[in-house]
Amino acid sequence: MWIFNSSIGRKLIMSLSGLFLISFLIVHLSANLALLAGTGGAATPAEIPYNVVCHFMDTNPFIMVMVPVLALGFLVHIVYAFILTAQNRKARGNDRYASSSKTNISWASKNMFILGIIVLGFLCLHLIHFWAKMQLQHFIGGTPDANAYQLAVDLFTNPVYVVIYIVWIWALWFHLTHGFWSAFQSMGLNNYNWMPRWKALGSVLATLIAIGFTIIPLFFMFGLNQ
Amino acid sequence: MDKTINVTLKIWRQKGPKVKGAFETYKLDNISTDSSFLEMLDILNEQLVSKGQEPVVFDHDCREGICGACSLYINGHPHGPDDSVTTCQLHMRRFKDGETITIEPWRSAGFPVIRDLMVDRQAFEKIMQSGGYVSVNTGGVPDANAIGISKIDADEAMDSASCIGCGACVAACKNGSAMLFVSAKVSQLALLPQGRIEAARRAKAMVARMDELGFGNCTNTGACEAECPKNVSITNIARLNREFISAKLKD
Ligand code: HEM
Ligand code: SF4
Ligand code: FES
Repeated sequence: MWIFNSSIGRKLIMSLSGLFLISFLIVHLSANLALLAGTGGAATPAEIPYNVVCHFMDTNPFIMVMVPVLALGFLVHIVYAFILTAQNRKARGNDRYASSSKTNISWASKNMFILGIIVLGFLCLHLIHFWAKMQLQHFIGGTPDANAYQLAVDLFTNPVYVVIYIVWIWALWFHLTHGFWSAFQSMGLNNYNWMPRWKALGSVLATLIAIGFTIIPLFFMFGLNQ
Repeated sequence: MDKTINVTLKIWRQKGPKVKGAFETYKLDNISTDSSFLEMLDILNEQLVSKGQEPVVFDHDCREGICGACSLYINGHPHGPDDSVTTCQLHMRRFKDGETITIEPWRSAGFPVIRDLMVDRQAFEKIMQSGGYVSVNTGGVPDANAIGISKIDADEAMDSASCIGCGACVAACKNGSAMLFVSAKVSQLALLPQGRIEAARRAKAMVARMDELGFGNCTNTGACEAECPKNVSITNIARLNREFISAKLKD
């Protein structure tokens, strides 16, 4: 199949999986913004706005179907990141230039793999912090933490985790500033007119996503939920 | 009076494709800033020959920026520090007195070193042979204006056709990708009605050959476009992706 054994096909896989992951990020951020409502004057943990959202997410059939698809999306993107990077190193050859390249290109575009690895590392940590205690329990028949809101409060009152999460999110920001327009280029949906538009849209989107995810830990660290 | 400068050259020397190479350092005095970079290397070679040493091997032909024969990775840039020129159009006025200039061959698995600074770029010819042409029947020359072509398409095709096949795009690319070259060659024909007819077949054949020859997967860093002496745009790469994907989807 050309998708797997041509360079452009492999790039198509990378771009489609990457854009799918971006769409997930947008859904995820929208749900998380409910954290900013704090306890919302709720009498019981179940009534806290964020917990209401989590309950909806955990019981909604569409989301339940999408969880394995999302996992597959990540897997494909990561596996192809390794394949493409290995092939590209081989194509570059063993003899490296002695003088370091002075070609003026964006830092993110040169470091997509490293940025991806950073994102992946923190992602695992993040899954342990939240997902393992929440949604995973639905799949393995355990009892999910009834107060996911409290998990966020507990984690982000520790400044160390706040810093870790913010570093993570801004690594993702770099990944997306290059990744977004690059995905459209890889799909062939680009030309002189659209190049600046995709790049601008990518920067705006990456920045909105990053700011959104940065506000949440800061919100709890500064105790604004009380 | 000519202004002259003294320079130190760090040049990659390698006796053959399989031999291990190394840098050699040469001092060159009183080089006119009006001389071209290749003239400067000619002067070096004359001095080496007169001392009974082997001259430095490098590619060159037209020396006016149109043939694509010259190469050289100079101080971290393919074709040197100037924008939009080939190495043969580079002049010594771009360098400072006392400067050390590092000169390396194109480095990419697709372009193995033949000797010193000369690399084997036959891979590009092989890609061209796989489809970079229009199949025409010989016969009377048709009237040039018989087929209407929009100014926009004609201009873009012309810009794509300005690619001289030098290989700087591959040399600049961290992925050793030949996409800028291949996309320019596909675009210059795909944009015109005569070339359009075989566009799908051409895109598939040239990409297949490019992959087979071991060039890398393009990750859109844009290094090729930044270093291309002819300013070939990466919008050509988007067009190649489009041509290739739609050709495959139609199969
Ligand atoms: C939420 C997480 C992620 C999102 C939204 C995302 C998104 C994207 C997008 C849109 C692209 C551009 C695709 C293209 O140029 O065609 C891309 C490229 C890339 N991603 Fe990710 N990515 C994510 C996580 C990761 C992870 C975990 C890795 C792991 C190793 C990774 C490695 C790469 C690499 C190496 C590239 C460049 C490959 C290329 O351009 O061919 N990404 N990513
Ligand atoms: S695209 Fe530019 S850099 Fe690449 S071969 Fe053609 S002229 Fe040289
Ligand atoms: S020698 Fe012909 S382009 Fe430089």
